[in-house]
Amino acid sequence: MILSEVPETELARRIGAEGLILECGPFVVRVSSPIAAIPQGLGLLYADYPVLDNDAFADIHIRLVRHRRLGPLGAPQVVFDFDGERPFSPLPLAHAWPCFEWALNWSIASSANYYLVLHAAVLERGGQALIMPGPPGSGKSTLCAALTARDWRLLSDELTLIDMECRGIVPVPRPISLKNQSIQIIRSYIPDGVLSRTVHYTAKGSVAHLKPQSSDVRRAGDNAKPGWIVFPTYVAGAAARLAPRSRADTVLELGNNSFNYHIQGQLGFETVADIVEASRCYDLEYGSLDDAIAAFERVAGTRS
Amino acid sequence: MSGSLLLSVLTGGDAATRLSPRGWEQLLREARTPQLTARIGQQAKDQGWYDRVPVRPRRHFEAMHRACVSQQHMVRWELGQIERALAPLDAPVVLLKGAAYLMAGLPVADGRIFSDVDIMVPRDRLQQAEAALIARGWISNVHGYDRQYYERWAHELPPLQHVQRASVIDLHHTITPPVSRTPVDATKLFARARPLDGSKFFFILAPADMLLHSAVHLMQEGEFERGLRDLVDLDALFRDFGRNSGFWPTLLERASEHRLGRPLYYAVQQVRSLLGTPMPRDFLAAIDRSRPAFITRRAMGGLLRTGIVGATARGATWRGDVARGLLYIRGHYMRMPLRLLIPHLIRKSGSHLAFLGRGRSVQSIPAGGNAPGAI
Repeated sequence: MILSEVPETELARRIGAEGLILECGPFVVRVSSPIAAIPQGLGLLYADYPVLDNDAFADIHIRLVRHRRLGPLGAPQVVFDFDGERPFSPLPLAHAWPCFEWALNWSIASSANYYLVLHAAVLERGGQALIMPGPPGSGKSTLCAALTARDWRLLSDELTLIDMECRGIVPVPRPISLKNQSIQIIRSYIPDGVLSRTVHYTAKGSVAHLKPQSSDVRRAGDNAKPGWIVFPTYVAGAAARLAPRSRADTVLELGNNSFNYHIQGQLGFETVADIVEASRCYDLEYGSLDDAIAAFERVAGTRS
Repeated sequence: MSGSLLLSVLTGGDAATRLSPRGWEQLLREARTPQLTARIGQQAKDQGWYDRVPVRPRRHFEAMHRACVSQQHMVRWELGQIERALAPLDAPVVLLKGAAYLMAGLPVADGRIFSDVDIMVPRDRLQQAEAALIARGWISNVHGYDRQYYERWAHELPPLQHVQRASVIDLHHTITPPVSRTPVDATKLFARARPLDGSKFFFILAPADMLLHSAVHLMQEGEFERGLRDLVDLDALFRDFGRNSGFWPTLLERASEHRLGRPLYYAVQQVRSLLGTPMPRDFLAAIDRSRPAFITRRAMGGLLRTGIVGATARGATWRGDVARGLLYIRGHYMRMPLRLLIPHLIRKSGSHLAFLGRGRSVQSIPAGGNAPGAI
């Protein structure tokens, strides 16, 4: 059963009571909250996700509640409750939806030590993965969103999960987080894309989330093999420039861009080395989205 | 009683393999706060039922096992750095708690998650030791009144954190606060400390002292959310050291020498009632002489049980919160005489009484930040 098949009232009831159990790639997530924005957001952005019976095993628990204390100017607040602990400061109630997405990011990143986790967007074409590490401001999420509209399958916009036993890249497709100017850029680039309502004045500025393609969510069980690793840099006004990158340096950089490389020891090092060995590595400098997308088409032509 | 699932798995062999999927979920939730996930995974391996753990829960055990192995690896490496920093001091450096268990190869270290390194030096070398560690990059962010609190009344200096690697060292000069009801004379500890096998530098406490330190830690440190882990440590230490029949009389003798009979009594009661730790009858008869009056005994027994068991995930109840609040106050009361404690609490009333608002502090990390995982 997928989420859109659950009647709206039943969805709100489950989330308000024992919790709704969703499958997000390899993770099973139990979501509960008395806040109306949560069933609304799930109904909008997670419509295609599998819903499991209540007696299933859940890896992750997301519970968002109203904070007991009011915020500045008496505004109500929302807080992430992690089995009685509150790892983060409360946020204004109007930020409930991005708060859910951030809580889920945090929970996945902190419970995914079974995998090697890179801080990188990852897409797939023809069974091969395009890994795109990049610091904030590199345009990683914007590029990722645009590519999903151009025959690239979304595996994740932030977390590249690598199964160290089979060296496969494990999809965990989620709504893509867009910030500030990217929201308008993607609205015009993907006119039929479904976006959550923009929330302003968050710690990341204005944010909205783009619903992933239904087919990408359905194929969340299909792993990809390493194909390409591209480090994007946005340079205002620059023409697109694609340059090959040293493999040794790429290994170091992926290690630096990993959430848990340091705990994976020798197996982690060997996995990163194998992934890089099997990939073509590039630096991409770009000044416009169209140029960048064209460059990625050239990249895709260079099958290993 | 809530929390009983974790306890029944800790004590009950392969009962876990008959759990439902929800049962596994509940077990992992209960194990998280006291950091016992890796411990249970290790137990499953030791008892031969790890292969029968369903694949989804097993990934969690595997993940925690990796985290544990990497932490142990890092601690070993940090100890090398600490040795380099402190070698010129020419003073005995004793490893305490986790670092001692790990380096001595004790079974209690298997699957035990810890990251802070606790070490002890003679009090007259404390300043020198701290200066040597500071010179190697471990610094303290505790200043002013808080620093004075440690220097005047505590058994350790404020934690030192490495500026680059963030590793934390707790530098002790004894195992209980000198102003507490149970001050321990460190010279007695150093007198029986023994060289660590395979190291030319570090020492560890004698087995009885090591166990007494663990018992005192449970009663005094006020970390009752993780109390069950302390009990699991005590259980493993009792079982391991207890195989040597000479251990039990030595433990009694040391407990009376350090005047730690009472904390040992409480630890024995809890570890036996919750984890069924086997102990010789004559030892139990002897330790019973350290028991407090009936009312205190009943009250403390109940508080400890509720505070420790009730802290596990989802079992977190108001009763557990209240019990831990009272134990926290008691811990303070035991640590300092009232003439020191009352001014201290008034001074710290903002933060130290925070347990009334559910204890656990909220990090002031702003939502967002740069890392995607950082909400």
